[in-house]
Amino acid sequence: MRAGILRTPSPLPGFGLSFAITLAMLSAVVLLPIAALVGRGLMIGPVELWEMVGTRRIRAALALSFRAALVASLFNLVFGLALAWVLVRYRFWGRRLIDAAIDLPFALPTAVAGLALTALYAPNGAFGQLLAPLGLRVAYTEVGIWLALVFIGLPFVVRTVQPVIEEIDREVEEASATLGARRSYTLRRVVLPMLTPALLTGFALALARSVGEYGSVIFIAGNLPFQTEIAPLLIVIRLEEYNYDAATAIGLAMLTISFAMLFAINALQIWSRRRIGHA
Amino acid sequence: MSDAAPALQLRSGKSAPQVTTEPRAARFALIGCVVALTGVLLFAPLAAVFAEALAQGWRASLEGLASPDAHAAIRLTLIVAAITVPLNALFGVAAAWAISKFDFRGKALLITLIDLPFSVSPVVAGLALVLLFGANSSLGAWLIAHDLKIVFAFPGIVLATLFVTFPFIARELIPVMMEQGRAEEEAALTLGASGWRVFRTVTLPNIRWALLYGVLLCNARAMGEFGAVAVISGKIRGETTTMPIMIEMLYNEYLSVAAFSLAAALALLALVTLGVKSLLEWRYADLLAATRRH
Repeated sequence: MRAGILRTPSPLPGFGLSFAITLAMLSAVVLLPIAALVGRGLMIGPVELWEMVGTRRIRAALALSFRAALVASLFNLVFGLALAWVLVRYRFWGRRLIDAAIDLPFALPTAVAGLALTALYAPNGAFGQLLAPLGLRVAYTEVGIWLALVFIGLPFVVRTVQPVIEEIDREVEEASATLGARRSYTLRRVVLPMLTPALLTGFALALARSVGEYGSVIFIAGNLPFQTEIAPLLIVIRLEEYNYDAATAIGLAMLTISFAMLFAINALQIWSRRRIGHA
Repeated sequence: MSDAAPALQLRSGKSAPQVTTEPRAARFALIGCVVALTGVLLFAPLAAVFAEALAQGWRASLEGLASPDAHAAIRLTLIVAAITVPLNALFGVAAAWAISKFDFRGKALLITLIDLPFSVSPVVAGLALVLLFGANSSLGAWLIAHDLKIVFAFPGIVLATLFVTFPFIARELIPVMMEQGRAEEEAALTLGASGWRVFRTVTLPNIRWALLYGVLLCNARAMGEFGAVAVISGKIRGETTTMPIMIEMLYNEYLSVAAFSLAAALALLALVTLGVKSLLEWRYADLLAATRRH
């Protein structure tokens, strides 16, 4: 009887079984560990947590992680839009190869990516050698972290925006042109607003992924405290010292800031959807 | 329709002004930019892995793969993937069935919770598992007293990998099954098919490509996961080192060729994944169109 209140009746079988499997696995794999983390935080107490997060080294690491993730995701927002546009609208030699390669960061293990980027951009690497005479250092600086995060975040914007561009009705663009709009005006005022929700989704996914990224960054970052030490690495360091409280504090801070950012992006998305007038 | 299409093409082939595309110069500049940047960002790192692995010839890199520790790492990685991918497939199918075929309260919350691992750092996931099962939690102490080691042991690696790859297959299946609706399944039921038979002969054929696609992505991530596994594995050589962990250890020991040989093996796996995925997309483009976002 109670099930009838909680869900609309359906003739299809298997709700109980599939729902039970879903809930049991979700709880065991995801919710229970997260609850343990939050529980540990509650045991430590908010004042102590705040004090730990306020120490200079943790603050520097958190600031670096979020700053680098923002920079890389903003780059990916612009580059991903260009990439998706070119892949959908233009026909050129090698298009299919590039389209297939976009997913490389999903398929390539992050440690391999980090290793490869380090090999390329280290002072004696193929690209590092070219950049060194110009006074540019990428590996073992914050720029290296940006680079690694651009790599792992690249597919998100492309893959969310691409299907939306494919669905754009060209007649809308034609209508804009017949009304006398220049191409750039059409792109800005007609096409871009249609893409905004998808762009924001891709940006949010890339941001969430790059804030917590570890594997690809630690090889190229140099990992100097206060300079190139990302927050996840500091968690690992604290864990290796069995300082579980400090690790918990950093982890909870990362979760809180991530969720706040995702929430803000979500709100922005709802606003932009409403503005262009469809759900 | 058939008359209009070639006429349209003829016009676009000639130099008549096209209102729905950019000026020629802008087009070339954009294509140039995109090709150059993907070359530097995607193709160059891939090439670098193989170049570094083969820096001292085939023999040296094969030797790097032949050590007992490397063998143990490869075996562990394969076993972990062989356990996590089917479990995630089971979860994905169950979650997609419950979400797409029924209406119940809290559905949006459930979808949000399934997506949760996407916004949790793998390192934080590993930390959460250590806090839950580590020696100084009550659950962990009880497990250790009963000779069940999870942290710094095989079950921990499996749990960490499961956490990180958790949404992968569900995320592929939910949109596809939502779009397909319930009518076909309901029709099969009225014709007297059992629930299990409906799933096997009606639902499964409809979702098989999305399922395969999800399994591929899930497998790639399961074999390549580094952050979460690094935290929980304890990095015991030959016992709890997966391939990515082994790569880091070798690299830190300045055994560059051995590290890059293992990396190249994983990169080959990534290339196979991409190849199969692209093939699927070209052949079943319309079926997969709904699932491209990730």
